[in-house]
Amino acid sequence: MLERVLKGSPRYYAWLCFLLTVIGYAMVVYVFQLIFGLKLTGLSRNVSWGFYIAQFTYLVGVAAGAVMLVLPAYFHHYKPFKRVIIFGEFLAIGAVVMCMLFIVVDMGQPQRVMNMFLHPTPNSVMFWDATVLLGYLILNAVIGWTTLEAERCDVQPPRWIRYLVYVSIFWAFSIHTVTGFLYAGLPGRHYWLTAIMAARFLASAFCSGPALLLLLLFLLKRLTGFDAGKAVVRPLSLIVTYAMGINIFFYCLEVFTAFYSGIPGHQHPLIFLFAGHEGLNVWVTGWMWTAVVFAFLSMALLLPPRLRTNDKILPWALLMLFVATWIDKSLGLLIGGFMPTPYETYQVYTPSFWEVSIGLGVFAVGALIISLLWKIALDIKKETGEEFELPAEEATNI
Amino acid sequence: MYNAKYIIPGLVIFAGIVTLPFWINLCSPAYVYPDVAKPQGQVTLQGGSEPVTVNAGDACVEPGAWMRANHMSLLLDWRDAALREEKRVYVASDGREWNTSLQNTCMACHGNKADFCDKCHDQNSVNPYCWDCHVVPQGNNHEFK
Amino acid sequence: MNSSRRYFLKVAGLSGFALAAASGAQAAQAVLSPAPAGKGAYASDKGALRAKRWAMVIDTRRLTSPEALRPIVEACHAAHNVPTIPGPQEVKWIWDDTFHHAFASDPNPVLPKDVEERRYLMLCNHCTSPSCVRVCPVKATYTTAHGLVAQDYHRCIGCRFCMAACPYGSRSFNFQDPRPFLKDLNAEYPTRMRGVVEKCTFCAERLEKGLLPACVEASDGAILFGDLMDPESTVRKALAENFSMRRKPDLGTDPGVYYII
Repeated sequence: MLERVLKGSPRYYAWLCFLLTVIGYAMVVYVFQLIFGLKLTGLSRNVSWGFYIAQFTYLVGVAAGAVMLVLPAYFHHYKPFKRVIIFGEFLAIGAVVMCMLFIVVDMGQPQRVMNMFLHPTPNSVMFWDATVLLGYLILNAVIGWTTLEAERCDVQPPRWIRYLVYVSIFWAFSIHTVTGFLYAGLPGRHYWLTAIMAARFLASAFCSGPALLLLLLFLLKRLTGFDAGKAVVRPLSLIVTYAMGINIFFYCLEVFTAFYSGIPGHQHPLIFLFAGHEGLNVWVTGWMWTAVVFAFLSMALLLPPRLRTNDKILPWALLMLFVATWIDKSLGLLIGGFMPTPYETYQVYTPSFWEVSIGLGVFAVGALIISLLWKIALDIKKETGEEFELPAEEATNI
Repeated sequence: MYNAKYIIPGLVIFAGIVTLPFWINLCSPAYVYPDVAKPQGQVTLQGGSEPVTVNAGDACVEPGAWMRANHMSLLLDWRDAALREEKRVYVASDGREWNTSLQNTCMACHGNKADFCDKCHDQNSVNPYCWDCHVVPQGNNHEFK
Repeated sequence: MNSSRRYFLKVAGLSGFALAAASGAQAAQAVLSPAPAGKGAYASDKGALRAKRWAMVIDTRRLTSPEALRPIVEACHAAHNVPTIPGPQEVKWIWDDTFHHAFASDPNPVLPKDVEERRYLMLCNHCTSPSCVRVCPVKATYTTAHGLVAQDYHRCIGCRFCMAACPYGSRSFNFQDPRPFLKDLNAEYPTRMRGVVEKCTFCAERLEKGLLPACVEASDGAILFGDLMDPESTVRKALAENFSMRRKPDLGTDPGVYYII
C-alpha cells in the first residue's frame, strides 16, 4: 500500500515540497538550538516551559479526540462513522508524532532521551506519559493499517482487531488523563493544581480533536471530492458542541472557585492572564480575551440546530472553536501556570522567532505524515469503488 | 520473487557497504596502543578528608593493563557510588584507598590530558563528554588557551 | 493457503520472535549492567560528616544588609563554579531577596521595620518530600540516605519537569554552555554543561570531606548546619530557643531550611 504515496497530482507534489522546505528550514534552526542550547528560545528560569510543551499538550488532545469517531462506531455500532474512521486514526498518528517531537525539541539533552526507558521511574508522570503516547501510536498504526488492508482486499478485518479497538478507546482517555496529571500534581502552581485538570483536558480534546478532523474533511471534499456525508458531519458536530459546552463550563468552575473562595493564589494566574500585572506588557491578555470571544461565538453558532446544520456556517464555528481551545490549552495554560513565580513576581514570556520556527517544522512533519497517510487511505477507497460523492440527500454542502 | 535480478544484487551491495568497516579492519595492520604519557614524581591528592601523597610512577589505582581496558566502566561505577550511595572511597584490589574523583584523583597524576587521554581517544574516534563539565588541569592540554 | 503451510509460518514466526526477544534481552542486559568494573570495594571517607536528616538554620537577625550576604553567595558560587549569566536565563544556587518574595504568601500589612527591610537568603530546601524528585522521569534527581536532594548531571535529560514542580524556584537550567560566564574556575569542582538542571547540593562533596557547607563557613556563625534528628545538635538548640519560619510549609514538602526571624 505504501507505494501509493509516490503517485499523485502536481498539486500533491507541490504540497509535499512545501512541507519538506519548511521541515528543512526548521531542521537547520534546530541544529543551531542543539549547538547553542535553549538560549535561542524565549524561555527563562521562571518560565521554564513554553511554546513547545504548550503545543505538546494541545496535540495530545487532538490525538485523543479521534476516539469520538471510534467510540460511537464500535460501542454503539454507528455505521456511518466507519466510512471516515481511518482518517481519524491517521490524524491521531500524526498528532502523536508531533507530540513526541515537541517533547524532544524541548529537551536540553535530547540524545539522552532513552534514559526514560533505561532508568524507568514509575513515580514520574512523565515516564507514564511517554509510555502511553508510544502505546497509542502503536495501537493506531496497527489498527489503521490492518483495517485499511482489509478494506483493500474487500474482506472483514480480523477478529482480534476489535479487541485492540476497545483497548484504544480506553487508551485515548488515558493519554489525556496522564497529560493532565503532568500538571495537576505539582504543588505550588495554583493554576494547574486542580482536580478538574484532566477532566478539562478531556472536554477540550473531545471538541478540538473532532473539530480539526471535520475541518480537514471539509478541505478534503474541496480538494478531492470525497464527501464524509451528513451522517458523519451532523452527529460529530453535535459531539463537538456538547464537549465545548462542558469545556467552557469547567473553565467557569475554575473561575468560580478562585474568586468566590477569595484565595489570592488561585486568583493571581487568572487575573494575570486576563488583566495583566501593573503595566507589564502582557500580550497574552489580548489572546485570552480573543479565546473568550471565539469560544462564546462558536457556541452561539453551534447550539441552534439551524445554524449547526448550515454547512456554510459550520466551518467558521469550528475554526473559532479550534482557535479558542488552542489559546486556552496551549500558551494560556503554560503562562498562567508559571505566573506568578514562586516568589510572587511576574515575568513576561514571549516565544522567540527561532522557537516558533522549530515549532512550525514539527507541525510540517505532522502535516506531512497526515497527508501521506490520508493519500493512501483515499487511494484505497477510490480503488475499492467507494462512492466519493453521495446522493443529494446525504451529501454535505461545503 | 519478481525483479530478483535487481533486488538480490542490491541487497548484496547494501550488506557489503554496511559491513565495510569490518572488511577494512580485517585488511589493516594489527592495532597498536599509542604511547601515552606516564606520570612521574610525588603527587598530593586533595580529594579526601586527609591529603594523600603518592608516587605517581607506581601502579595506577588498578594494574595498568586492566585500567586501559576498563577505566570507562570504573569511572561510571565511581560516579554512581559517589553520587548515589555517598561512598567516595575506592578500596582497590590491592587494599589501597583512593578518593573517587576524576578531577582530584585521576587528573592529579594524569594532568597531561593531551598526551594521555586524548592520544587513545583521538585514535579510536571516541569523544567522551567528561570535559564538558570536569575541569582539565591547566598546563599540557588542548582545553586551556 | 493450506493448513500445514500456515502452521509452518506460525511456528517459524514465533520462533523468530522468540530468538529476537532473547537476543534483545541479552543486549539489554549488556547495556543495563556493563562488564564488571573495578575489582575493589566502596566505602565512605572516615572523616565524613553524617546525619539522619541534614537541616540548615539561617539567623536572619544577623544577616541584615546585602553586604553581609554577598560573601556567603560568592563563597558558594565560587566553590561550585556557578556562572554569572545576566538576564532571565540566569543560574543561581543561593541568592537573596525581600521578605515578601521569600515568604510569598499574603504577609501582614504592618511588619517590624527591620524584618521588612532585611534580605533573606534562598536556596534549595532539601525537602523531606521533594516534589522535584517525585516528577523526575530518569532519577537524575533523588534523595540520598542522609536527606540531601541531589542532582546527577550525567543522567539529566533537561526536560525541566523538576523546575515546574519546585515550589521554591530553587532550580536553574543551563540554557547555554556556562563556561564563558566563569572567570575563575575552581579546579577541584566540575562545571555543568548546556542542557542540564542544577541547584544547591548542601555541599555534599564538602560533607564527605568533613567540612561544613561553603555558605555556613562564610557566614561567620549566622548560618547553622546540623542533624535535625540529633537533640544535641546546634540546629536543634537554635530552633528550640528561637522563633523560626520555613518557606511554604503548607505544601507538605517539609523543607529543611529554617529562618530565625
